[in-house]
Amino acid sequence: MMHASLVKRAIDISSLAAAVAKDSNGATAIFLGTVRSSNEGRAVTGIEYSAYEEMAEREMVSILSEAREKFGIADASMEHRLGTLHIGEASIGVAVAHPHRGPAMEALRYIVDETKRRAPIWKLEHYADGTREWVNAGSAQPA
Amino acid sequence: MTVTVRLFASYAEKLGRSELELTMPHGSTVADVVRSVNELPGGGGLPPSPLVAVNLSYAPSQTVIENGDEVAIIPPVAGG
Repeated sequence: MMHASLVKRAIDISSLAAAVAKDSNGATAIFLGTVRSSNEGRAVTGIEYSAYEEMAEREMVSILSEAREKFGIADASMEHRLGTLHIGEASIGVAVAHPHRGPAMEALRYIVDETKRRAPIWKLEHYADGTREWVNAGSAQPA
Repeated sequence: MTVTVRLFASYAEKLGRSELELTMPHGSTVADVVRSVNELPGGGGLPPSPLVAVNLSYAPSQTVIENGDEVAIIPPVAGG
């Protein structure tokens, strides 16, 4: 099964792993991205995630299809959370299963990296000093 | 022809809105739409060549726009 969605509730990585489990899969690679307490030296209190929702989901589905073609995986499930998240909460969860660990781990990395690079999702970081800033707002555009 | 422009995150803040309609001449391109948005109040804060998606897919600046297209101006993404 291949599944990608945006969610507005907590991500349960166990459910994602369970969704890709089957008897022929000997390896499940999982990734959980969480909100950390500092970014570039500034104390972070939380992150507000927003997205161009229709396109972000479509892009995530495309990325899973590419991973299937590149690494031969048939089972991948991912969720990206939107809304206000506190420190330690999960913003992205990905589970990839395959008969062997190599393709599972390579596909996992591809899916996470491409999602960060291409999915139209934004972070508004809130800092301990009361200020807020869009992450990457001044950076170069992705290719 | 009319196109719907979607704005997000820092770009929506700069223009004070997340969606607007523009009337464009036939044959207009992504670059023409971006130029029109740059000329709106607050639009000068956007880069001259931002990332753009037409009807939910990334599109290069020379892409020709059709009546009714949704043109989204995409700030640098930061998911994950």
